[in-house]
Amino acid sequence: MESTFDIFIKAIFSENMIFAYFLGMCSYLAVSKTVKTAVGLGAAVIFVLVVTVPVNYLLENYMLKEGALEWLDPSLAEIDLSFLSFIMFIAVVASIVQLVEMLVEKFAPALYGALGIFLPLIAVNCSILGGALFMQDRQYSTILDATAFSLGSGIGWFIAIVAIAAIREKIRYSHVPAPLRGLGITFIITGLMGIAFMSFMGIKYGSEKPADEAPKSTSIEAPINNGMAQTTNTNTYKSL
Amino acid sequence: MSEEVKSKAPSEPLFSKKNRALVTDPLTDNNPVTVQVLGICSALAITVQVEQGIVMGLAVLFVLVLGNLIISLMRNLIPSRIRIIVQLVVVAALVIIVNEVLKAFLPDVSEKLSVFVGLIITNCIIMGRFEAFAMANKPWPSIMDGIGNGLGYAGLLVLVAVFRELFGSGTLLGFQIFGNSLPGEETGLYAMGYMNNNMMILPPMALIIVGIIIWVQRSRNKELIETH
Repeated sequence: MESTFDIFIKAIFSENMIFAYFLGMCSYLAVSKTVKTAVGLGAAVIFVLVVTVPVNYLLENYMLKEGALEWLDPSLAEIDLSFLSFIMFIAVVASIVQLVEMLVEKFAPALYGALGIFLPLIAVNCSILGGALFMQDRQYSTILDATAFSLGSGIGWFIAIVAIAAIREKIRYSHVPAPLRGLGITFIITGLMGIAFMSFMGIKYGSEKPADEAPKSTSIEAPINNGMAQTTNTNTYKSL
Repeated sequence: MSEEVKSKAPSEPLFSKKNRALVTDPLTDNNPVTVQVLGICSALAITVQVEQGIVMGLAVLFVLVLGNLIISLMRNLIPSRIRIIVQLVVVAALVIIVNEVLKAFLPDVSEKLSVFVGLIITNCIIMGRFEAFAMANKPWPSIMDGIGNGLGYAGLLVLVAVFRELFGSGTLLGFQIFGNSLPGEETGLYAMGYMNNNMMILPPMALIIVGIIIWVQRSRNKELIETH
């Protein structure tokens, strides 16, 4: 079993939402022109992820999963509502975003001034729904693990958008080839940052087996969808 | 998005020039991914193999065409304050259909796409086209717009996937192009010392390939160049 802290660190670095899964790329590209707005959006993403993932975790485990309704009545144990998870998750995300927006506006007007315009955007940010779907996919055992995962993913997303915004502010003074200006160079820089972030894959987590038991060839594929690369990748890494 | 169709005369033929442009523009000069910058989220992670690219492209095409039609039919009934939620519910319902069909008929592809099928819901192309086009246009042009943008998206996915699969694993749709790469029994190019570029399989290369595609496209069409 992974410890809660491992899940947290992994979500920030080696399974970074942007660099390993490309989630939330649309707002990442659109709102990364200045560091100030990037910080606002990044903070809003952390906030919404930390609120929605635990709620969706409860929903998944006490309503949607096969046998999850048993706590209501033993006769409901056979019901499997997991096909409804997409619509439930997105409804939760959209309504919580709306609710958070109203609460923040009422009780923390200063914060609303900083986050306000970004909050409605976040309902359709892939990283929020992605957080919920990964949580469902990976079957975290406790709500604490799910919360640690959501906080880590949010912080990872925050780091990514602030870093790219800082780079884009500076790159305005460089001579980028005209056709690459704007979007093109941002893609390529994100790719290079992704390569840099891949070095975090070497982190050894407490729960993992020592190096001699776990062959190197499997660990390098971790962030790509499980199994997808196995047929193609294994033999060459052994030879390195 | 400035390409909204102005109110049309009712006698306009179904495949008028304007309607045909709705389909053909997104394929090249108004591509949803490289020009409108929509839908990159789920696009790149699943382009390691061409097969997944095709399935994902078709899934988005289906959701986009039907969703555009439904939203366009309801466009005068939806109160603008809650339109995002209404749109999300429509997309989510369509994506559930896609997911169940994939699970039933293509279980292994569905397994590989994992969470990315669900993420079609928040794919910005879909919400973007609903907001920019279907909310303001009649059903028929909306269908055409859906087909055009869906094909533009699918085309780009397949293009990126072709590069990544060909150079990353030496195959296309699972067929070995450069010969057998198994160590000890190499044939074709591998026998001459060729090696697959494992970099191509890793996530960051998808971004760099899209960056290069944007570069090529903008060098050919100077109008698309941004001025910072």
